[in-house]
Formats: sequence, structure tokens, C-alpha cells
Amino acid sequence: MANHEQQSNGNGEMNQLKIPEIKFTKLFINGEFVDSIKGRNFETVDPRTGEVIATVAEGDKEDVDVAVKAARTAFDQGPWPRMSGFQRARIMEKFADLIEQNNNELAALDCIDAGKLFMMGKLVDIPAGAASLRYYAGAADKIHGEVLKSTRSLHAYTLKEPIGVAGHIIPWNFPTSMFLMKVAPALAAGCTMIVKPAEQTPLSALFYAHLAKQAGVPDGVLNVVTGFGHTAGAAISSHMDIDMVCFTGSTEVGRLIMQAAATSNLKQVSLELGGKSPLIIFDDADLDKAAGLALQGIVHNKGEVCVSSSRVYVQEGIYDEFEKKLVEKAKAWKLGDPFDPNTRQGPQVDKRQFERILSYIDIGMKEGATLLTGGKPWGSKGYYVEPTVFADVKEDMQIVREEIFGPVMSLMKFKTIEEAIERANNSKYGLAAGIVTKDLNVANRVSRSIRAGIIWINCYFEFDLDFPYGGYKMSGFGRDLGLNALHKYLQVKTVATPLYDSPWL
Amino acid sequence: MAAAARRISSLLTRSSLLLSHAGRNARAGSGVSRFSTAAVAEELIVPPVQISYTQHLIDGKFVDAASGKTFPTYDPRTAEVIAHVAEGDKEDIDRAVSAARKAFDEGPWPKMTPYERSRILLRFADLVEKHNDELAALETWNNGKPFEQSAKAEIPMLARLFRYYAGWADKIHGLTVPADGNHHVQTLHEPIGVAGQIIPWNFPLILFAWKVGPALACGNTIVLKTAEQTPLTALYAAKLFHEAGLPPGVLNIVSGFGPTVGAALASHMDVDKLAFTGSTETGKIVLELAARSNLKPVTLELGGKSPFIVCEDADVDKAVELAHFALFFNQGQCCCAGSRTYVHERVYDEFLEKAKARAMRRIVGDPFKQGTEQGPQIDSEQFQKVLRYIKAGIESDATLECGGERFGSKGYFVQPTVFSNVQDDMLIAKDEIFGPVQSILKFKHLDEVIRRANQTHYGLAAGVFTTNIDVANTLSRALRVGTVWVNCFDVFDAAIPFGGYKMSGIGREKGIYSLKNYLQVKAIVTPLRNPAWL
Repeated sequence: MANHEQQSNGNGEMNQLKIPEIKFTKLFINGEFVDSIKGRNFETVDPRTGEVIATVAEGDKEDVDVAVKAARTAFDQGPWPRMSGFQRARIMEKFADLIEQNNNELAALDCIDAGKLFMMGKLVDIPAGAASLRYYAGAADKIHGEVLKSTRSLHAYTLKEPIGVAGHIIPWNFPTSMFLMKVAPALAAGCTMIVKPAEQTPLSALFYAHLAKQAGVPDGVLNVVTGFGHTAGAAISSHMDIDMVCFTGSTEVGRLIMQAAATSNLKQVSLELGGKSPLIIFDDADLDKAAGLALQGIVHNKGEVCVSSSRVYVQEGIYDEFEKKLVEKAKAWKLGDPFDPNTRQGPQVDKRQFERILSYIDIGMKEGATLLTGGKPWGSKGYYVEPTVFADVKEDMQIVREEIFGPVMSLMKFKTIEEAIERANNSKYGLAAGIVTKDLNVANRVSRSIRAGIIWINCYFEFDLDFPYGGYKMSGFGRDLGLNALHKYLQVKTVATPLYDSPWL
Repeated sequence: MAAAARRISSLLTRSSLLLSHAGRNARAGSGVSRFSTAAVAEELIVPPVQISYTQHLIDGKFVDAASGKTFPTYDPRTAEVIAHVAEGDKEDIDRAVSAARKAFDEGPWPKMTPYERSRILLRFADLVEKHNDELAALETWNNGKPFEQSAKAEIPMLARLFRYYAGWADKIHGLTVPADGNHHVQTLHEPIGVAGQIIPWNFPLILFAWKVGPALACGNTIVLKTAEQTPLTALYAAKLFHEAGLPPGVLNIVSGFGPTVGAALASHMDVDKLAFTGSTETGKIVLELAARSNLKPVTLELGGKSPFIVCEDADVDKAVELAHFALFFNQGQCCCAGSRTYVHERVYDEFLEKAKARAMRRIVGDPFKQGTEQGPQIDSEQFQKVLRYIKAGIESDATLECGGERFGSKGYFVQPTVFSNVQDDMLIAKDEIFGPVQSILKFKHLDEVIRRANQTHYGLAAGVFTTNIDVANTLSRALRVGTVWVNCFDVFDAAIPFGGYKMSGIGREKGIYSLKNYLQVKAIVTPLRNPAWL
């Protein structure tokens, strides 16, 4: 099977040296690191080895209450929403500078906590996080309302006001990107907030809170409550004094959050949920590039990406050759210690995900799909899974219907553009899609036909600060990134007053 | 000024200005209030800065003029020469345009990511902050404006404006456009190319930012002509810009005069856009040259005769202070100066008395001295022009309440001057004086003041002083001007657009509107086959 080079899983001496001292393990509320009220802690684990890295304060409902109170006070009486957008921007820029100064340490935290590639964090995720703060800092002084046209003699305008206290519940697959994707636009808008990082990856969020304080974000504006979904997460989504909740995670949990919002104070909800995103490769594609894109689409971040191209549709004219190339590339894909700069794929985030992925592989085989490559754990320690490709997949199989969240691809064949569109849309999800073709007409037609929030033509995973992204259908609603995300954190207020003797209307 | 007097300044080795004041009895019986009689000899403060850059900046290098010529630049406190600056002409503009063209066509500037461009603008802002006091000292030395105004307001504003535009660089959005049939339509907002920019002397660095900021954020390259009166600070700022990582050729600066350098820029066939701030008279020439050459689009920010309207409900003390600021700020050298102070008859007498008292209290003197509110006018020409208008005011039977003469015996200082009983048809109520001369006019009805305020070929700005929401709304809409300040004046945030109606200009600067000046819009249309929706 796969000839992945066996190498260190993270217990080598060189790699031990890079593990930073864990400085922050308590809740961050009102500008201070504090223990949880109940005094409970939970363990966070290194997925390379399954060993405990640190014990972290376990926040619960009463901790969320204290954090909300701090955020409420900071919003109702504090300086943050009363500063000019420019003043907020200056603090956010400082925050960005501090992130860059602590790049190595932050990348190492995400590496040991989430099994993410160290170099990817250092070169991509962390700098992009700093850039997102700068992007929204640049938007903070450009929040325009409008002056309106009335049918009568009225002068009216809109004010874009910060929505208030925001609750952010973020996942473990991109601890840094997700934290800043939510926090940066909310800060720019003038909101105060509570962030609950995933219980698997609480460490970098606490470090970011520390840096925010150093940068001058006033106490109470940014609070971080580490803990679990059913306790801390539930307390946020059902809180009567939180004005909106933004969640990124599974569709299943998204539904719970929306329910909690509905049964509490009807807080606004923004959900960025699961996906089963299609990548459609047409006959005119450059085979080698297309195969590379398809593999990247499923193994990037070990397949723990909501927009993973987990359904790959290849037109029949090139299918056989494509399959050969893809398998070759998958077999050459290098797994290993995420600290090693040569490693392309680290371990899955935890035991639960690891077992879940393996069980899906099992299901795929039982359903009658053909395993072309992979299918097994890699190495003898930690939570590594080989890049796995299934062929002969039928549309009704579980592996093609459900989000696996691992390096497991379903490879399928199609004949016509109509068929590709129909099958690509045959999903309850609608997060992303990829198209590989040189034909302008095909690209344009498919772009409009796919019911998904982001379409990549001849590329994949091209996220950018200015590109809004989010889901159709059960992939959620609301958009992250871009100016759309900023407006999510703004209320619109219309102000109208009679107008006398105006020379024009 | 005799040319002989214009020798290189001995300021660094002390020179002095005799700030003698007009005698109390100089015009006895005229009823005009004068300033203190004591002739005070005052040591001028030595500007705490060196003049390091006097050559053109072309393609990232400081170079002499093609002709080798220079022209003197002065300290308006003393009329003494402080430096000789490269004097540009057509050939220098050709060189600068060719550098800008190359930098635009071959890059890297327009080909950089917007984020990279924004980082360079931010780094420049950091450097401006670091060199705040040097820039401020140079600005005051060459322009005569109070150092405190330069150091605490204008240079920080320079940095602030560039931070603002840095934030736009990565948010310039085209649109996807609906079509009537099966077409996919997008607009690209592309940089317009080589921008020619001509800036005035009254706010050299602020206007540098208004012009350069949006042009660079949008990815253009620039040839900038500074005013011949104030060539120094833009060169210093541009040097910092290159230190911040601006590639050579992106920002080129040619010093010199309007009829030579300005005309060459405005009529250049390879300049894609022209932006000018200055007098209406020159604006007309610029527009004409653009029309005669390559039809380059033109933005003009020109003169004004802005009304400041004090309504009957006004808190007179506050109104007086604001009206005073609206006119006298920057020695009255503001295009938007509130130079027609309309006061409701019910508060007129009290207003007049207090406005006069306020003008009398205005502290005129060495702009480097702490507490100085008013420095010298920019140059001999402006100084003479202001005095001529004062004379015209007196001759047209307006009442000279205070001031009216030169201040001191050296440099270009003018006494803060207030006229009352000014009528709309007097020259001082019609022409832009651009000096510390306040004209106070009386009105009775709102309709009347709207009509009178609009009865001018200018339309730059207006001040409205009232707490009545309906009056404020009516006036805001009725005044044909680009900016209405209600209960405030001269609020110049980065995001607030500024520009004129009528003969005060074309286009808007600052804010989101300014980007439009430096972007081309390209529509891209392609058929759609079997679209899922339209």
C-alpha cells in the first residue's frame, strides 16, 4: 500500500525542544486570567502522542455569566464602542503586530494542540490572522450608513451600530484562523464578546486574549471561556444578555445553537457548518494539476476542513488516467510529525475523530466502494490516517452523503455537464465547490448552478480576507470574512425627521 | 521685496523680527480699534530642523533640474530666503512622467497585492509620526502657520489620512452587474494610470495626503507639483515614503511654477488624470489644458466664499468663537474659510461687539512661539492682495471695526481685521480674499439668508449655527455647497468627502468618494449558456 516514509511521530528529541512552555490555561474574563468558579479543569492532549499537554480551566454556565456581565458592562459603559473606528483600528493594528512578534510560539501551540503543520501555521495561518486584524482595522473607520430617499418630505438616514455582546463558538481545526475570523470584525464593529474555543484546542485562544490586552483592548471587551459545548457553549447560545451568537462547527451542533437562540432571547445567529463539497473536473483539464488540486482538497489540514473537496467528480474522458495520477500522488504524500518542515500531513485532532474516520472507511468498504489507496492508520502512535481514496462510489452511499472530516475522498465519474451539476447539488450541504476546466462557458454556467457559498475555478482553498464565505442550505447562514462579516456585527437603525422647505427631495 | 533682501537666510545664526504694532492714534477719530501700541522687539525662534531635500524627486532619486536652474524659497516671517530649490520645467515633467509611466506599466506598484501596498502606506504613516516635529517645523518655517497647529494637528492628520487610505487599498470592490439577458457582467475598478497632481501652499502636507493617498491606494503612479511657495515638506515626506518601501518612479515630485511645470503636467499627453487644488482662475486654465491635450479627467478643488450663518437662537459666545475660527484659521488662508458671516438681526449687535473683541485678542506673532494663533501670510503677493481688499472694504463704506493694516514691520503679518455693515455687492463680500478679514452681514429671514448665501459663483462650504433641528435640516439642504458644518467648522476627517459646487470645483476628495478619482471602471461582459438564474 502507501509507501509513506516512516518518521518521527513527535517523540524525537529535536521536536520536543520546540514545544513552548504553556503560559495561559485559565479563563480570561474582564482582562484577568481566572480559575473557573467550580475550580474544575480539563486536559488538552497532543494528538501526535496522545499525551496530556496541559490542564485548562473548565468554564461552565456561571463562568459564562460572569464573562457576559463583563462584556455587557464593557459595551454599555466602556470605552470600546465609544471610541472612533480609527482608535479601535490603532489598537487592532498593535494586536496584529504582537501576533507577528509571537508567531513561532503561536504556531507551536496550534501544532501541539491541533496537530497542525508548524510551518503552515508560521507561514500562513498566523500571518493571515494578523492580516485579518489589519484588514478589519482598515474597515473600522469606513462603516457607512446611508441617507435615504423618502416618498414624503422627510429626512432619513441609517446608522450602523455595533450589535452589542457577541458570543463566538469556534472549532478546533483552525484555532487561529477561526478565532481571528470572528474576533477581528466584531472588534472593528465596536462589539464586546465572549469566545469559547473548542475543548480540543483551547491554548492559542488564551494566548490571543493575553496579546489583545497587551495591545490595549480594554478589559471586558474580549473574554475567553474555555470548556465544553454542552456546558459553556450551551450557556452562551441560550444566554439572555448576549445579542448574537456566531458558530463554526458541525451542522448537528449548529442546529442546537439555533434552537437555544430561539428558545432564549431570539439572538441573531450566524452559522458556518459542515460541507460535502464537490470538485468537478472536466475533460479539458490539465490532468496533473487537477489531480494535485483534488488531493490537496482532501488532505489539506488532514481533511479537517469544512470545505474539503470530499466528492470529486471526474468526466469520463479522463477518468482512468486521472485515477492513476491521483493514486500515485496520494501514495507519495508525506505524513509525519507536524513540526517537521517536510511533513505534509499531521495527525487527526483527537482519538474520537481518528476513530470516526476509520469507521467511515470501514463503512465505505462495507457499502461496496473500492479502496484505491490508504484506508489505514499511519504509524504506531498518535492519530494519523493515510490519505484514502474510494472509487466506484454510488450517490446513496454514506461516505458520499456524510461529512467525514478526514482525508477520505469519494471519487466519481460523470458524463455531461448537466449530470455533474445535478449530482454536485444533490447534497444537504452547500458550502463550497471547485471546477476545473479551461472552458469559459462551462466555468460560468457551473459557477451559477452550484448552490454553494464559494466556488473555486481552477483553484481550491483560495480564501482571502476580502472574500466572504459561508454556506447555502444546511451548511449554515451568514458570511465570514470580507465586509459581509463586519456587517454581521452591526445593527441598522433608521432615523427619520420631518423636513421643511427643502429645495429638493 | 527687493531681490537683494532675499539672500540666504541667516536664521540659523539668529535673525529678528520687529513686531511693532500700529499706533493707537494712528487713525484717531476713525473709531477703528487698533492693536497694542507697544513696539515689541521679539527674537524669532530658530526652526529646529535642517533643509535636506531641495532637488526634484524622479524615479526614486533626488536630481537637479534639467536646466540646472533653482528658485529661492522663503521664510514668510522675514521674507528671507531659506533655500534654493530645483526649478522644474517641461523637460523635468517629461522625465518624471516617463518614470511614472514605467513604474505603472512595468510595475511593481500596480502589480503588488493591495495588502502589500497598504503595508507600505502604514509604514509611511509610522515614519511620519516618528518625524512629526521635523516635518512640522519645516512646514511652519516655509508656510508661516503656527507650529502647534503643524505639530499637533496637521502632521498627525497626514499620518491619519494615509492610514485611512491604507485601509481602502484591499477593499476596492467592483460589482457583478445584472443583465437583461443571458450575460455575465462584472466591473473591474482599475487604477487609472499616471496621475498628475498640483497642490497649493496653504496646507502643503495635508493636501499632499488628499492627493497622494487615494492615488497610491488604488495602485496609480504620480507626478506631483508642489506650490512654488512651499516646495520643502513634500520632498521630505516623499523621502520617508521611499524609506517605507515605495518603489522608485511611483511618486515623483517636481518643484516649480504654474505656467511652466503646472502647464506641462496639465497638458501632458501621457498623464491619465489630473487633480488640482488652488484658485478658480488657475483651475480654469488646468481644465482647458486637459481639454486641449488628451482629455484627461480633471478633479478641481478651487476657491470659495463660504457663508457662516448665525441664526437667532444662537448662543452668541459660542457662535462668535466658531465664526472667528472659521475665518481666521490658518491666517484666513483656507479655501473654505467662513468669509461671509451672516448674523441674524436679533443677535447682530451683541455678536459684532464680541466678534470684534475676539479678533482684537487674537495672538499674532512668530508661529514658532507657543500660544501664537496667527503667523504671517504666505508671501508678498498674498500680503499685498489682502491689504488691497481691506482698502477696498474701507472705500466701499463697510465699517472697519478693527485691524486693517500690516502687523509689525517685517514679514507678511496682517492684523486680524473685522468689517461690519458689509453689503452683498461689496468686493469684500464677493471675492475670495484668502486672508484674516472677516465680513459681517446682517439678515432677517431664513429665506433671505438662503438666497443671499447662494448668491455667489462659489459653492464650497457653509457653516450653520443653530440648535433648531428644522432650521438645520432646511439650511443643510438649501445651501448649494459641498460641505455644511452644523454647529462646527473645518472638521476634516479622512472619511468626510470635500469639494465644491459651482465654480468651487469638480469632484470630491477624501472619503470613499476620493477613490473614484483614481479608478477606471471596466465592464466585462460574456454570454452565459443555460444559467441557473439571472
